[in-house]
Amino acid sequence: MAVGTATVRRPALTTRWGRALAPYLLIFPGVAWLLIFFLFPLLTLAVTSLMSGDFVAGFQFTWNFNNYTYGLGLYATQYSHSLEYGASATLIAFLLAYPAAYWIAFHAGPRKSAYLLIILLPFFVSFVLRTLSWETLMGDDGPILGPLKSAHLIPSDFRVLATPIAVTFGLAYTFFPYMLLPIYASLEKIDRRLIEAAEDLFANRVEVFRRVIFPLSIPGVFAGVLLTGIPATADFVNQTLLGGAGTTMIGRVIEQQFEVSANYPLASALAFVFMLGLLAMLLLYQRLFGTDELVRAR
Amino acid sequence: MQVEKTAAPAAGRQHSASATDAVVVLDHVSKRFGGVVAVDDLSLDVMRGEFFSMLGPSGCGKTTTLRMIGGFDAPSEGVVRLDGRDVTDLPAYRRDVNTVFQSYGLFPHLNVFDNVAFGLRRRHVGGAEVNRRVQEALELVSLAGYGKRRPGQLSGGQQQRVALARSLVNHPQVLLLDEPLGALDLKLRKQMQLELKRIQGEVGITFIFVTHDQEEAMTISDRIAVMNHGRIEQLGRPEDVYERPATQFVAEFLGASNLLDGVYRGTLDGWGSVELAGGDSIRIPAPPSALVGDKLKVGIRPEKLHLYPDGREAPSDHNSIAAILRNAVFVGVSYQYFFDAGGGRQLSAFDRNAGGGPIAGPGEKVRVAWKPEHTFVIPADGMAQPTPTNHQTGRQDK
Repeated sequence: MAVGTATVRRPALTTRWGRALAPYLLIFPGVAWLLIFFLFPLLTLAVTSLMSGDFVAGFQFTWNFNNYTYGLGLYATQYSHSLEYGASATLIAFLLAYPAAYWIAFHAGPRKSAYLLIILLPFFVSFVLRTLSWETLMGDDGPILGPLKSAHLIPSDFRVLATPIAVTFGLAYTFFPYMLLPIYASLEKIDRRLIEAAEDLFANRVEVFRRVIFPLSIPGVFAGVLLTGIPATADFVNQTLLGGAGTTMIGRVIEQQFEVSANYPLASALAFVFMLGLLAMLLLYQRLFGTDELVRAR
Repeated sequence: MQVEKTAAPAAGRQHSASATDAVVVLDHVSKRFGGVVAVDDLSLDVMRGEFFSMLGPSGCGKTTTLRMIGGFDAPSEGVVRLDGRDVTDLPAYRRDVNTVFQSYGLFPHLNVFDNVAFGLRRRHVGGAEVNRRVQEALELVSLAGYGKRRPGQLSGGQQQRVALARSLVNHPQVLLLDEPLGALDLKLRKQMQLELKRIQGEVGITFIFVTHDQEEAMTISDRIAVMNHGRIEQLGRPEDVYERPATQFVAEFLGASNLLDGVYRGTLDGWGSVELAGGDSIRIPAPPSALVGDKLKVGIRPEKLHLYPDGREAPSDHNSIAAILRNAVFVGVSYQYFFDAGGGRQLSAFDRNAGGGPIAGPGEKVRVAWKPEHTFVIPADGMAQPTPTNHQTGRQDK
C-alpha cells in the first residue's frame, strides 16, 4: 500500500518541485557568473583603489582617497582624450554606418545577407591584426603616404600616425559593426506599409525619412551609440598602435599602471573613476534619448 | 487649375456642372508584374461624391487598381485621370487622394493627434487650423479625447477610425479604402459599414472601396464593379448587379445562384421562351441579343423560388419544374432546401421561416416555381455580353 502511494505521488511531487525550481535553476549559471567574474572583481577593485604602499613592500588598506585626487589631477588630459576620441569615433561610425545600414535594409533586395557578410567579413580577423595593418597602411612611408611624398604632393614630414585623427578613425573602424548591426536591425524591422502611408499623406522622400524612418530607427541608433561609444572610450589598443605620446587615452594609462608600474591602487582608482564617469554619462544619455521616453513622451 | 479672376463665374458654373462628372477616370489601364497580368485593359469612371466599390476574389486586381489610383503602383499601360488631370506619373504624395490601408498603417511613434495631423502638417497648414481640423476629424469618427493615446493602446476598431480620420482630415478629392474592415469581427464590421456610409454622406467625399465581401459591397455602395482576372465583369447599382448578373462569375460570386442550361426558342406573348435541358419550357424576360437556337444559361436566386408540395399546382403565370427534395437545412431566419431537378441538376432555395416547419421531407416530390421576371440570362459560354446594365468598358450608361 505504502509503496503504491509513493510511486503514484512521486512524479507529481517532482513535477511540482521542478516547476517551482526551474526559474532559479535557469538563472543560476548567469547569476553565479556575474557574482564571480563581475561583482567580486569590482569589490576587489574598490578595495584596492583605497590601498597604499608599493609592489615590493606590499599594499595595505588605509582608506587612501589620495589615489583618486592624485590620479584625477595627473591624468585629466588622458581622461579628456578618451572622451574626445571616443565621442568622435562614435559620431564617425554613426555617419558611416547609418547610410550603409539604410541602403542594405531598403535597397539591397534579396542580397541583404550577402552585403552584411561582406561588411562583417573583415571583423572575423583579430582586431589587433586589423589595427596593425592600419599602422602599416598609414605608416609615414607606407603604401599610401610614401608615393604621395615621393611625388611631392604632401610635405615629407606629413604624418597620419600618432595623431588624434589616426586614433579616432581607428576606433571608428574597430567598432563599426557594433554601430551598423543594431541600426540595420531596427531599419529592417520598419513596416514598409508605414512608408506608403506617409507618402499617401503628402510626405516626400526627405519627409518620409525625417518623420517616419529615422524616428523609428532611433532604438537602433541608441543601441549602436552605446555599443560603440563605451568600448571606443575605454579602448587602448588603437591608441597604442596608431597613436603617439600626445594622444594617450585613459585606458592606456590604466593598462600601463597595472602592467608596467604595478601601481595597483592608482590603477584601480583611475579605472573606478572612469567607470563611474561612463555610468553617469550613460544615465544622462538614457534620460535624454532613452527609447522609453521616445515611446511615451511628447 | 489656374483660373483668371474675370473667368471665375464661368469656372464656378463649370464646377457645379461637373458635380456629377467623373472624378477618377481610368483609361485602358493595365498592370503587369513580371509576366502576370494583374489588371487587364481596364476602363472606369468614378463619379464625384459616389460610394464606389470594387468587389472580387483575392487576386482579381481590385487592390492593384486602387494602388494605381493612389499612386503606389504605376500602370504598365493606360492613363489615370484625377479631376480631369492626368496623374499617371504623379507620385502618391502629390496626389489629392488619401488611402485607408487594410493594415491601417498608423505611425507607432506618434500619438493619435499627430497621426491625424500628419497630412495637414506636410501641407504646411497652420497650427491653429491643424488643431481645429484634427479635433473635428476625431469627433467625426467618435474618437474625441483620444488624441494623446498611442495607436498601440487602441483596439482594432479604434485604430481603424484613426486611420479614417487621418485620411478624411485632408479633405481629399477621393478616399481610397483597401479592405479597411477586413481585420474587424463581424459585429464591429457591420457597425462600421453603416458608420462609413454615414461619414461618406456627411463629408461628401468620393469613396472607392475595395472588398471581397459581396454583402458588404451591396450594403454600402452606390455602384459596384465586380472584378475577376483583372477585368470588370459587371458594373452597376447593387440591385442591378445582384438581380441581373451578366456573367456566370457575377451570378455565383454575388450570393448563390441556380443556373440551368437551355436553348432559346424565340419570343411568345412578350416573353422569351427557353427550353431547359430537362425538356421543361420556361418564360424569361426577352433577351435583347439572343437568337433562336442559341444555347444559354438561365439563373434564379434561391430566395426567388417558391415551393409547392406534390399535388398542388404552381400559379399558371409562374415557371415551374418538378424536383425531389434532398435536404432541408434550418438556418434560423429561413430554411435552405436542396433539390435534385433531374439530369444531375442541383437547385437550392431559401424559404422564410414563417412557422410551420419545412415544406416537405427528404425524398418527397415538390414543384419549384418562380416568376418569369426573376429569371436572368447568361450566355452559355459564360462570357459577358453587353447589356443595358453592363458595358464592357465599365462606363456607366445613363
